[in-house]
Amino acid sequence: MSETPKPRPAPEAPYGVMAEFATPAELLRAAGRLRARGYRNIEAYSPFPIHGLDAALGHGGSKVPWIVLGGAIIGASSGLLLQWWTSAVDYPIKVGGKPYFSIPAFVPITFELGVLFSAFAALLGMLALNQLPQPYHPVFKHSQFHRVTDDRFFLAVESEDPMFNVERAERDLGDAGGQHIEVLQA
Amino acid sequence: MSTATVPPEPREMVPDDPRRRLTLVQGRHSFADITRMVCAPVEEPATRGWWVGFGIASMCLGLFVAMVVYLVLVGIGIWGLNSPQGWGFDITNFVWWVGIGHAGTLISAILYLFRQKWRTAINRFAEAMTIFAVICALMFPTIHVGRIWMLWMALPIPNWEAIWPQFRSPLLWDVFAVGTYFTVSVIFWYMGLIPDLATLRDRAKSKVRWLVYGILAMGWRGSARHWANYEKAYLILAGISTPLVLSVHSIVSFDFAVSVIPGWHTTIFPPYFVAGAIFSGFAMVMTLAIVARRAFRLTDVITIDHLDNMNKIMLATGMMVGYAYSMEFFISWYSGNKYEMFTFVNRAFGPYAWAYWIMITCNVLVPQIFWFRKNRRSIPIMFVASILINVGMWFERFVIIMSLSRDFLPSSWGYYKPTWVEICTLIGSLGLFFTLFFLFLRFLPMVAMAEVKNVLPQADPHGHGEGGVPPGEPA
Repeated sequence: MSETPKPRPAPEAPYGVMAEFATPAELLRAAGRLRARGYRNIEAYSPFPIHGLDAALGHGGSKVPWIVLGGAIIGASSGLLLQWWTSAVDYPIKVGGKPYFSIPAFVPITFELGVLFSAFAALLGMLALNQLPQPYHPVFKHSQFHRVTDDRFFLAVESEDPMFNVERAERDLGDAGGQHIEVLQA
Repeated sequence: MSTATVPPEPREMVPDDPRRRLTLVQGRHSFADITRMVCAPVEEPATRGWWVGFGIASMCLGLFVAMVVYLVLVGIGIWGLNSPQGWGFDITNFVWWVGIGHAGTLISAILYLFRQKWRTAINRFAEAMTIFAVICALMFPTIHVGRIWMLWMALPIPNWEAIWPQFRSPLLWDVFAVGTYFTVSVIFWYMGLIPDLATLRDRAKSKVRWLVYGILAMGWRGSARHWANYEKAYLILAGISTPLVLSVHSIVSFDFAVSVIPGWHTTIFPPYFVAGAIFSGFAMVMTLAIVARRAFRLTDVITIDHLDNMNKIMLATGMMVGYAYSMEFFISWYSGNKYEMFTFVNRAFGPYAWAYWIMITCNVLVPQIFWFRKNRRSIPIMFVASILINVGMWFERFVIIMSLSRDFLPSSWGYYKPTWVEICTLIGSLGLFFTLFFLFLRFLPMVAMAEVKNVLPQADPHGHGEGGVPPGEPA
């Protein structure tokens, strides 16, 4: 998922190596250590967001805001266009001496549709960027991974990493304090 | 280090001093304890109390269905509406239910933006309450048109008559505002649920539960990228819900304020309606929270400090509402308009004076008890007060709508009395609300687990509690 092009791993190659950690602090420290050793494709898994983890993993910012901005512009402009076209073009009726295109009266619905489309953009944008729904993923094969939504923290070195090597990844995760170190089949 | 999930000693509980951090969860609970406590009501067999509550609620729902069927078959002549009183219980109930919904969005969005972390204990079921209250609210405008098969005319649907809705009408703004509000509330709620649905998926003992919660969780695996996008989307939803919730009740108030009826045509209506909505919504959250925390043994998560904070908000919004009542009176006198003046004197001393004084007692006098810390922390007192406030807020809308009974021409004055059908429909709408709420308590986690874990002291990796990064080590 990084910007640099990487060689496609062979089909029988594992997805990566994953270790379990007991606390957010251990996970954060381990992520920092692996990154310092030169790993670039590492991913952390946790029951709740951990402050500082994105920086430790070297992740960039989320692109959700741009998607929402697009949704807001499309929503608000379609709201205004709808009202203009129906009230001033398709079937113009004089009501209370108001102009056909009564901008002040059209503000509420323009605003509401802007919000409506933004909300859809936020949810669908979040799901799309996270590639959800995704019923299967190799990390679910880890024997302890069911606790990721409860009280355990995981760190995976992915095989896409340029310096990926199963033995070295296992050793480095162990050095960083990881337990239940398992190789994940793709 | 590996078993360091036992949290450190709780910090002292000093909610009154804003400079100190307060303990948001009482007792020494680990992450797993939170999961267990919150999942228990969903995973264990239903209690007798749940069945009794659900049974009563669904019987009331049956009453609601019966009343709606009767209405559709016969027409709105079975209600007590007349000329000049074209609105009665229907719109009173609509505004009341929409208002109740607003507290959920306030808790989930506005308090989030203000970083009020105590909201994590109550936001999930406050949001659920929002959705169910808005469903109840939407029922009333739907059925009050009488011929509900004509409801599509409120939507911009191309049709053979080539007519379009009247976009200059506040009633149409209302359709869009409440419809958007409902949809956005559902989106916000569902997105917040995804990580917790994944928890239920991972704990599932049966194939059916695993499949249903698995589909709903959509493969959530809590990766750092997931959380980064999730948190950003959540923040944005909170950001857009905040102006939305303010706009919705403002637009509801436009239904009145944009008209030319004395007592309705005032500029104070939008802020006054929003304050009243938050006031009644917090009262409803309070009523539900007091019962739920006791019934499901969540008193360590929804603590007395949470209830204390909510009481403070009710005191503040109650005072805003009281200010609006008195300012309405002042402006009607200051306007020099005799119709305005008459309307307000008529509200306080006319045929509906009884309703007016119930409103003043419940909304202005009752919340004053929350000046005293002892009352803010007494469960029986706040339970009774929260119910009285919702009664008072119902009467507020009733008083406003009853302005119609005496307008400009004394020869056209009337008096509105609800029929038994309207009273049963109101009771039935409570049944609809509570049926949905009982189903929610049974099938979804009522506390946002991921968020509560995040405010536990041991969730902070930067060394405030045990297990923090040692000094000198790069974090």
